[in-house]
Amino acid sequence: MVDENEIVWLVKKDAVADMIKNGKRSDGRKAYEYRPIEIITDYVKRAEGSAYIKLGNTQILVGVKMDVGQPYSDSPNMGTLITNAELVPLASPVFQPGPPNENAIELARVVDRGIRESKMIDFEKLCITEGEEVWNVLIDIHVLDFDGNLIDAATLAAVKALWTAKMPRYEDGKVIYEDKKDSLPVSKKPVACTFARFGNVSILDPSLEEEKSMDGKITITTTDDGKICAVQKSGITKISVPELENLIDVALEKGNEIRKTYLG
Amino acid sequence: MGMKKEGLKLFENGKRIDGRAYDELRPIKMEVGVLKRADGSCYLEWGGNKVLAAVYGPRECLPRHTQDPLKARINYRYNMAPFSTDERVRPGPSRRSIEISKLSKEALEHVIFTEYFPKTSIDIFVEILQADAGTRCAGLTAASLALADAGIPMKSLITACAAGKIDGKVVLDLGKLEDNFGEADLPIAYMPRTKELVYLQMDGDLTKDEFKEALRLALKGCDEIYRIQRDALKKAYEGEVNGR
Repeated sequence: MVDENEIVWLVKKDAVADMIKNGKRSDGRKAYEYRPIEIITDYVKRAEGSAYIKLGNTQILVGVKMDVGQPYSDSPNMGTLITNAELVPLASPVFQPGPPNENAIELARVVDRGIRESKMIDFEKLCITEGEEVWNVLIDIHVLDFDGNLIDAATLAAVKALWTAKMPRYEDGKVIYEDKKDSLPVSKKPVACTFARFGNVSILDPSLEEEKSMDGKITITTTDDGKICAVQKSGITKISVPELENLIDVALEKGNEIRKTYLG
Repeated sequence: MGMKKEGLKLFENGKRIDGRAYDELRPIKMEVGVLKRADGSCYLEWGGNKVLAAVYGPRECLPRHTQDPLKARINYRYNMAPFSTDERVRPGPSRRSIEISKLSKEALEHVIFTEYFPKTSIDIFVEILQADAGTRCAGLTAASLALADAGIPMKSLITACAAGKIDGKVVLDLGKLEDNFGEADLPIAYMPRTKELVYLQMDGDLTKDEFKEALRLALKGCDEIYRIQRDALKKAYEGEVNGR
């Protein structure tokens, strides 16, 4: 599938990169500034939890569903978490129907890692009978409009959806979806910050135009207690240790801002 | 990562569960040129890991519509043998192996002079024959040597190593138990020539200072592994250079 804009991205690539290396961005943002964010929770009433997010022109809908199943043999007293991402064809001319490709898999796994490793979900509280029945939490990321930085938007929406989700009742071996009351056993609020790399320059929250011109990107997920719970480098870029340490400082600071404003 | 086991002490009296110090690597062995048909190959043992890497190419990139007129296409396939772990691995790509393959490919693409070989593909196959934690780093380290063995021009070798946290202590190169029951894992790869990172992942729970310490340890581990890599290449090619 060809994006007719592809040639335009290619022509603009060097100009966009040059601008960023000179400290400017085409939409006028500062290096470490997010695009406007809008979140609507409980967007899908049938889901246990859901959040629609608009980050600039990127739009994502995240749904949380729950069901009851067997635990894994190495953690018989813990509920489970599965995160899946769909890059549905309506979101971009280059997205195709079919099983998730490596980009969709990476997106799902980075979001999953941020949520799982932050330990925001108390999986032991999701155990119904040890070794037999536990709650499964299923997070589905549905990308609706792709304008860059899916990881940060999806993580934010997923965390919001988990915080606002209501658990269905479980009775006599049946999940009663009509009766949802209790909140999920959640505590922390992980926030992912993705930096696009242009040579040795980094910018926060790349738009699609910037993603098309960047060398690669680095995502750092932080938690409320000032800890780092997930990091991922992706694309053909390199980074020195001092630069990485600087990005961690920025991610900790920006993470706190996002938490206060959107997850407060 | 993050599983609990009551009464299991991973770090006690300054020693780890397998007797190593906090900054000690497991024993590592490498040999290049071990496969006859491949253009370059490497066999690597790292603790209980046994890894085989092979390089084919540059060769015609097929199917043709996947060719890049400006540079070589790099393919990287990380694959675990079904019998490599306690619980059988289902054959074929998993979500985990697809992610590892993607990130490893991108790390190598950074050092290979892909623009020298337009329209071709350079195919790298990594088989994990026996797994014992740290297989992505072992695979990438072996792949880098196999590329050198195949004579592919590169800016630098790549050396990979992980650091992590067990019982609240930052340590180098997690073993299997440490990986399963530890608190954090930070696998990295870097170019020893420029000291820049080309592979970077982390999961777990680290403060900023712990992260810095883990990074420092992992880089120290990489420096040791780089020496072993160079020795393996020297051993294979010294004779050739000396006209033997």
